[in-house]
Amino acid sequence: MRRGRTKKPEHASRKMQNTSSRRPGLIALIKNYFLRHMQVMFYSIGQLSRTPFSSLMTSAVIGIALALPSAFFTLLDNVQTLSLGWDGNAQISLFMKYNVSNSDAQKLATKLRMRQEVKLTRFISREQALEEFRTHSGFGDVLDVLEKNPLPAVIVVVPATTLDTPDQIETLLTSLKNIPEVDLAQLDLEWVKRLHALLETAQRGITILAVLLGLSVLLVVGNTIRLGIENRRDEIVITKLIGATNRFIRRPFLYTGIWYGLIGGLLAWSAVFTTMMLLKAPVNRLADLYYSQFTLSLPGLENALLLVFSGALLGLAGSWIAVGRHLQDIEPT
Amino acid sequence: MILFENVSKTYPGSHEALSNVSFHLHRGDMAFLTGHSGAGKSTLLKLIALIERTTRGQILIGGQNLAGVTKRKIPYFRRNIGIIFQDHRLLLDRTVFDNVALPLIIAGLDYREITRKVRAALDKVNLLNKEKQLPATLSTGEQQRVGIARAVVNKPPVLLADEPTGNLDPELSEEIMKMFEQFNQVGVTVLIASHDLELIKRMQHRTLVLGKGKLIAQFPEEDS
Ligand SMILES: Nc1ncnc2c1ncn2[C@@H]1O[C@H](COP(=O)(O)OP(=O)(O)O)[C@@H](O)[C@H]1O
Ligand SMILES: [Mg+2]
Repeated sequence: MRRGRTKKPEHASRKMQNTSSRRPGLIALIKNYFLRHMQVMFYSIGQLSRTPFSSLMTSAVIGIALALPSAFFTLLDNVQTLSLGWDGNAQISLFMKYNVSNSDAQKLATKLRMRQEVKLTRFISREQALEEFRTHSGFGDVLDVLEKNPLPAVIVVVPATTLDTPDQIETLLTSLKNIPEVDLAQLDLEWVKRLHALLETAQRGITILAVLLGLSVLLVVGNTIRLGIENRRDEIVITKLIGATNRFIRRPFLYTGIWYGLIGGLLAWSAVFTTMMLLKAPVNRLADLYYSQFTLSLPGLENALLLVFSGALLGLAGSWIAVGRHLQDIEPT
Repeated sequence: MILFENVSKTYPGSHEALSNVSFHLHRGDMAFLTGHSGAGKSTLLKLIALIERTTRGQILIGGQNLAGVTKRKIPYFRRNIGIIFQDHRLLLDRTVFDNVALPLIIAGLDYREITRKVRAALDKVNLLNKEKQLPATLSTGEQQRVGIARAVVNKPPVLLADEPTGNLDPELSEEIMKMFEQFNQVGVTVLIASHDLELIKRMQHRTLVLGKGKLIAQFPEEDS
């Protein structure tokens, strides 16, 4: 803006300014280019704010389309951390062979604890096992009949949290099974496997949903921009008559598309954030009831940036398509 | 400056709108283009502004053959030609200032230069005091003058006007024509299409007469 043809002396930059006004240098050209883009950017947001209601409607549609998959992904993420942490539920019970003594079993438990894949072990002696069985099973009287304790010692192994797929757990299980003292290693992995399969299905479903909704954002922006182009047909003809390039005419429409998407992204993020905020308290209460450490994690800043960025990108793409299809046809006659 | 060589124009699915038209306007000339309605006046101007393309023959503007101006180059070519329309074609949602500034914004001038040039152009058409108004609040004559200011703000070497006084009473028409003469006096080549024979006679400029798409008369006779 300050690149005028001023004759009067001006600070230290005067020399450069005069040079650039005679024969614009590269820097001046770049500056001018950005300046023009800034102008169009603000011009197009000004245009949108002239019809705040319909502009917001368009952005809201985009916002909802972006918020849905985003909210699902956030929830999915949460469920995944829940299942990956095993939440203390993944325990491998190692039943010792009958001839393994308590002290040998205890030594083994200590040894196992050293392993990296193992978080902790708990040793249940034969007597403790008997005691537990007696109190919990209701068959205490039957046991009294037996002369010898029929129960083996048990080592409960809790896998390290770094093992976060069923496959890894399975590997651990196999290696534990192969320990000579171990008679039987038991893990109920079925529910974990099912959950994982479910989560994978959900993830795929949400991805498809996200793609479809992304497409609908393209269509919404494209159609809105197409209407904008129709409404401005006369203006486009006139500006073409006085020497406007297609690029010049295209620019405000592209920026309008970017704004729609960007504002849509912001709306989407606030919708997701609000939803999570509303869910946080009841979910935490629920987790408490299950004695779980689980807390709902809110979408972070990178989530906001991603939403805004993808919104803007989709807006740009949608308007690009509309502009490419419809601007060409408008020529003065 | 404007050279027509055996130019013909046939609109698709229509008869010949211009046939075999040849003439030459020199740099700094001012001329009228007249003829009955449907004679081809507008078509001739559209060919110069590259709104339409010739079917046969060639047109040279400032030595440049229009056949060589590709679609891509048309915008840059048009910046050398100021066009004025009967229906002024202003942007109704922008102020007088913004309308006149448009060619300069398109050309990418910076703000200070734009302001200076727009004020100068508005001064020439006596509208400096109306720069903040919307076109709808102006009289027809004033709107036409805004159109003229927009056409000349870039200082194009060629000025075309299609029935610029068509909607104006004689007094206003004369005033507008006087403005064109002023631009012509600073070296702009001016070509005005009009069927207002009275006005043309009074103005005493070169006149091309079209009839059914043919150049049927020139006053005075072409000297080159
Ligand atoms: N776009 C068009 N398509 C078909 N025919 C046209 C078109 N424009 C003009 N014409 C025809 O060309 C002839 C010349 O029109 P025009 O140049 O507008 O004449 P004038 O401006 O002298 O009244 C007329 O017969 C008109 O019907
Ligand atoms: Mg006409």
